[in-house]
Amino acid sequence: MAGNSYEERTHYLGKIWIWTAVIVFLLVPVSICIYYNAWPPFMSVLKGLLGVAPIYWTVGVIEVITFTPMLGTGGTYLAFVTGNLTNLKVPCAINAMEINDVKSGTEEGDIVSTIAVATSSIVTTLIIAVGVILLGTLTPILNSPTLKPAFDNILPALFGALGVVYISKNWKLAVTPMVFMAVLFIAVPSLSGSVGVLVPVGAIISIAVARLLYKKNMI
Amino acid sequence: MNFNPNSSFLYLVAVIVILFILAQSLFFLVRAYKRGKAIGMDAKKLRNTITSSAIFTIAPAVSILLGVLTLSKFLGLPLPWIRLSVIGAITYELPAATSAASALGVSVSENITSPTVYSAIAWVMTLGILPSTVLVPILIRRIQGGLVSIRNRDSKWGDLLITALFMGMISAFMGMVFSNIRKGLSGWIPIFVMLFSAVLMGVCGILIKVLKIKWLQDYALPICMIGAMAFAMVITPVIG
Repeated sequence: MAGNSYEERTHYLGKIWIWTAVIVFLLVPVSICIYYNAWPPFMSVLKGLLGVAPIYWTVGVIEVITFTPMLGTGGTYLAFVTGNLTNLKVPCAINAMEINDVKSGTEEGDIVSTIAVATSSIVTTLIIAVGVILLGTLTPILNSPTLKPAFDNILPALFGALGVVYISKNWKLAVTPMVFMAVLFIAVPSLSGSVGVLVPVGAIISIAVARLLYKKNMI
Repeated sequence: MNFNPNSSFLYLVAVIVILFILAQSLFFLVRAYKRGKAIGMDAKKLRNTITSSAIFTIAPAVSILLGVLTLSKFLGLPLPWIRLSVIGAITYELPAATSAASALGVSVSENITSPTVYSAIAWVMTLGILPSTVLVPILIRRIQGGLVSIRNRDSKWGDLLITALFMGMISAFMGMVFSNIRKGLSGWIPIFVMLFSAVLMGVCGILIKVLKIKWLQDYALPICMIGAMAFAMVITPVIG
């Protein structure tokens, strides 16, 4: 039942949109199979899935649990359809809430987060569309050796600026998970391929530290 | 039927998916904006949120476009275009495509010519990432309910919990930046870039708080990000 409050309506409409999105996503491979009369052997799909599903299904569960409290209702329903959460939608929403001085979990926070995620989704979709249309012109520029280091370093460029804002405000909370993660990645560099799985590890450490400091009245 | 991974049919499918994504985003944007105004939020601030989010998105979106180009070398353009416009990222889609292709004994170093291989890849890409989308409507109320009950018991701890969750994400990604330092000086480039970005943000903070340049607040993050990316272009040829 759709309730009357904004929050309840967001849940109701969000569910309609997200289940429709699931159908749209599934219709892509279905339409390819029907149009080309090319249904792949079930075992091949299963074998292919086994190569990625154990990690990505785990990451999927983790992302829903971790990001839902940050993104709020509208932002969550939209971000989990439009994707690119850690490298784009979550930082964008958090930054917008920070600028507007609103907290996630409040109606104002939900509104700002939804606006940020929606704008980001629209701009991303348009940039990719323009890129696809102008492929011939853009490919040599985007693949040029001069620009390559810029895009290779997009995550350090993003998390350096974002990190310093939060670390300076919550440095007591930040030190332990930061040191743990830095040491872990130095010791096992190959883990950088599964950073998504390590997000909850960082979160658990950080929550444990927060609880400890809170109980001791140190934050 | 001859298979062309850049066929008009596949472009048509891509356009339909892209229009759906745009429609959903626009729907949520308009709805949130109207609600913001209705509860008395400053319309100018809401518009600034739109502008700053749009500017912040440009660099990461171009990076996603690079992912589309990478995948298009063997999958054609429409499928990567679809996959990277919806839930998913290059870090997932490339391993998914490689895994599906290798299950059928095909290499992803050249253009896919078999529709069966192509459809298998499309299935693996879709099914491998679907749980996060499906789980949202199932889990969202439970997660939010849990958070509300924590906040009701102790609102300060509720806020701290959210901050700690975010800190967990930041620590994982900032830690990852250190993963190549054993490769020598070139492995330090991401760390230098991260530090440069942090210093830029510090400078922006001073300009905003001390010199009261308020407009900068909305654009500090994209400015620092693009500044640090430019810095990477300068230092990589020197020490890379």
